[in-house]
Amino acid sequence: MSLAERVNVNRRRILIAGVSATGGLICGLPALAAGPDAANVERQLGHFIEIAGDGRIIIGSNQPEIGQGVSTALPMLIAEELDVDWSRVTVRQMPLGIMKTADGFTWKYGGQGVGGSTGLTGNFDYMRQVGAKARRLLIRAAAQRQDLPEDQCSTRSGVVVCGPMGTTVPYEELITDAAALGPIEDDVPLKQAKDYRIVGKAQTGVGVRDIVTGQARYGIDTREPNMRYAVIARSPYLNGTPQTVDDTGARQVPGVLDVFEIQGPKPDEPYAILASGVAVVATSTWAAIKGREALKIEWNKGPNANDSSAAFWRDNEEMLRGKGQVVLDDGDFDTALASAETVVEARYRIPFVNHAPLEPQNCYAHVTEDRCHIIAPTQMPSGASRSAHAVTGIPREHISVDITRVGGGFGRRLTNDYVAEATMISKHTGWPIKLQWTREDDVKHDFYRPAGLHHLRAGVDRQGRVVAWTQRLASASKYFRRPNVPDDELWTAELYPDDFPRRMVENLRLEYFNHRIGVPRGSWRAPAHTANAFVVQSFVDEIAHATGQSPLELRIALLGDERELDYSNHGGPTFNPGRLTRLLRFVAKEIGYERSRPAGRGVGLATHFTFGGYAAHAIEVSVADGGELTIERIVAAIDCGFAVNPSAVHAQLEGGTVDGLSTALGLEITVKDGQIVQSNFHDYPLMRLAQVPAAFETHILPYGDQPTGVGEMGIPSAAPALTNAIFAATGKRIRTLPIAQQLSA
Amino acid sequence: MSIAFKVNGQAVRFDGLQDTPLLWVLRDELGLTGTKYGCGISQCGACTVHVDGRAQRSCALPVSQIAGRAVVTIEGLAEGDALHPVQQAWIEGDVPQCGYCQAGQIMAAVEFLERYPEPSDDDIDANLSNLCRCGTYPRIRKAVRRAARQLQRSRS
Repeated sequence: MSLAERVNVNRRRILIAGVSATGGLICGLPALAAGPDAANVERQLGHFIEIAGDGRIIIGSNQPEIGQGVSTALPMLIAEELDVDWSRVTVRQMPLGIMKTADGFTWKYGGQGVGGSTGLTGNFDYMRQVGAKARRLLIRAAAQRQDLPEDQCSTRSGVVVCGPMGTTVPYEELITDAAALGPIEDDVPLKQAKDYRIVGKAQTGVGVRDIVTGQARYGIDTREPNMRYAVIARSPYLNGTPQTVDDTGARQVPGVLDVFEIQGPKPDEPYAILASGVAVVATSTWAAIKGREALKIEWNKGPNANDSSAAFWRDNEEMLRGKGQVVLDDGDFDTALASAETVVEARYRIPFVNHAPLEPQNCYAHVTEDRCHIIAPTQMPSGASRSAHAVTGIPREHISVDITRVGGGFGRRLTNDYVAEATMISKHTGWPIKLQWTREDDVKHDFYRPAGLHHLRAGVDRQGRVVAWTQRLASASKYFRRPNVPDDELWTAELYPDDFPRRMVENLRLEYFNHRIGVPRGSWRAPAHTANAFVVQSFVDEIAHATGQSPLELRIALLGDERELDYSNHGGPTFNPGRLTRLLRFVAKEIGYERSRPAGRGVGLATHFTFGGYAAHAIEVSVADGGELTIERIVAAIDCGFAVNPSAVHAQLEGGTVDGLSTALGLEITVKDGQIVQSNFHDYPLMRLAQVPAAFETHILPYGDQPTGVGEMGIPSAAPALTNAIFAATGKRIRTLPIAQQLSA
Repeated sequence: MSIAFKVNGQAVRFDGLQDTPLLWVLRDELGLTGTKYGCGISQCGACTVHVDGRAQRSCALPVSQIAGRAVVTIEGLAEGDALHPVQQAWIEGDVPQCGYCQAGQIMAAVEFLERYPEPSDDDIDANLSNLCRCGTYPRIRKAVRRAARQLQRSRS
């Protein structure tokens, strides 16, 4: 499923006889959650709202919570329109809800799946309608009870107020009557933003108390009756397989129950799972790990045994000497370049990086003859259901998926390969299984952020205007080995043609070359934006310096004023560069960009449009004589339209900034002799608190009344702002990431 | 051979493999899943607990070394409903995003503040090295300061 298809899941509206996908009632109302609360069906309105006898409001969250705050923001929308006090709300995670139809399956609880920063945007109207319709039913119940017309009733903080006497009836006394009324099909009027009491105000994240007391349950915390533990020794060779397996030592480890081979995909097949290997099943995680350590496996090194990063970069250089696939050709690039006063040229190297969620992959699966129960930290629960079905053949309506809290998504959990693995092991053994990945498993087996070599050239005229621009990219396309993606479409994962500076530079050409290195590739947070924003925002800086212009003024000249340009990729349908101008001016002013700094100290700027949201960074660094880099100050700004939960928006901007900087400072995944080199946090060093300056300000610049996403917007402009600052401080231009030791050289 | 020690004030015994890290005894044997696994090599700190009052990374700490000792986990930090000021500061600062690292962060911060009741930024930088993949560091720093102030107030 393409990213575009995935992110549209929230926008499907399918009406099946008697069921409304917008949260209406159905016969045989499903419980809000399995278990004891199934008894409270008569106190539930639709799928999302339950009102307890003591006035507590239980609101269901249908999306996976990966730390982006969706399980706070969406219930806030419901509570706002329902008109209850936020302090009375408890949020409960909903499982996957799918229903069989004549020709497939449809959503029971609306589209469920998070990725591409769509959790909020795809549900902004939907969840408000859920709350508003429920409020309407409560009003209707009160009006009927008092034999009054509905228009003489209104609500106030969990109470219906009726008639000239202003008689009040609390929701908890009306809920069973309201629940018995028919569903409301047509949309009802919603509140105006000026009347918001909950939305638009900073709210503490749902579940924070559970987190700080150790009560929050992640996938790894699953404990079910009779459960066994499994780990897999996966082929360290890309596309390798086990040749000989000696499991005598493994079977002697106390607690080890079973050892057997797991078959991965063939080198030309899509990745149902990432690798072939050997599963070890035991009575505890540690016994399984020890059992695996005792395995003696000889590996068939497979067809990629000679893959290496050195060869990868050499091949990319070689490819760039030739002609690639021209995927965009605006105006007349060759003539414009030939007529330019100055030509600026640079190459940039972007490495593979690992997702590294702090909770490593894991999944609970219990396969019986005709049922399958999955408990998983997933971003795509429907994909989990499909993965389990593909492994077992069990009909999807008999596969249940419980979504746990997710200890970091970052795009890793878009793919449900670990669900497939757990299901395979449960099917083979007949036991309930918790499959656990170790950190080494996670670093060495991933759908990595694609690496690429970018070659940029631009022509600048005598007035300093950029008249020609080309980006030529040789990369390991994310779509390589995806089903149904022909070779000539591999570029669509790597270049987003309507990104800046298209239509701001008239003569613009994009050219692509795909590299077939055996490294699995996938969606890392803000996919190709991380590479392209770094490259483009660095190159604009280089153009400015090469032609004696201010990096700020050149960007403003290119971006221009507010206007809507076509934007065909995810995050469209339009892109307004003037909103980037606004952010850029703001951060530049806040950091005092025009003020000169002493030698060894400098400020860098960058700005980028990501999946519908706008962000900018101004970063100040100092670089000591020995090359030691200190990030002195960060000013980050986001324009996400309307901020539903400002606390979460600031958090995503802080976290995205750290993610971008962390990755640029020290992270890369390399390949040698057909194997991933890195293995844990000692050689994949995530940024630590000490590297983050205390002087770190985040700003929300509001725009209009519609929210955009925020989960990925804070990343892309962070790294180029950093390296632009390094240049300003030292005159040294970083063109290869990670920065690592380049400044000490 | 049985290894006897205390967890959150309760006496426990472990009869399994002696080299089992304390982390997995807590999680798999005792069902105390608040302490998390992140790396297994003491690099990330998600597994931080207190052993005889000292913050320790439990993922590479063999349970055999815990004989006779007193372990406190995140589940044992609050006193009934009364949260520790660090836990309270974490809530007031809306610190967690995915939240997976935060139990370890809190255990490390609690012990740090016992050693440094009035920490400077440098003290914080030098001593709080737990990883947070979501990048909540700025809020962690603020919450530590807030908790320090609260602890000072309750002392005076």
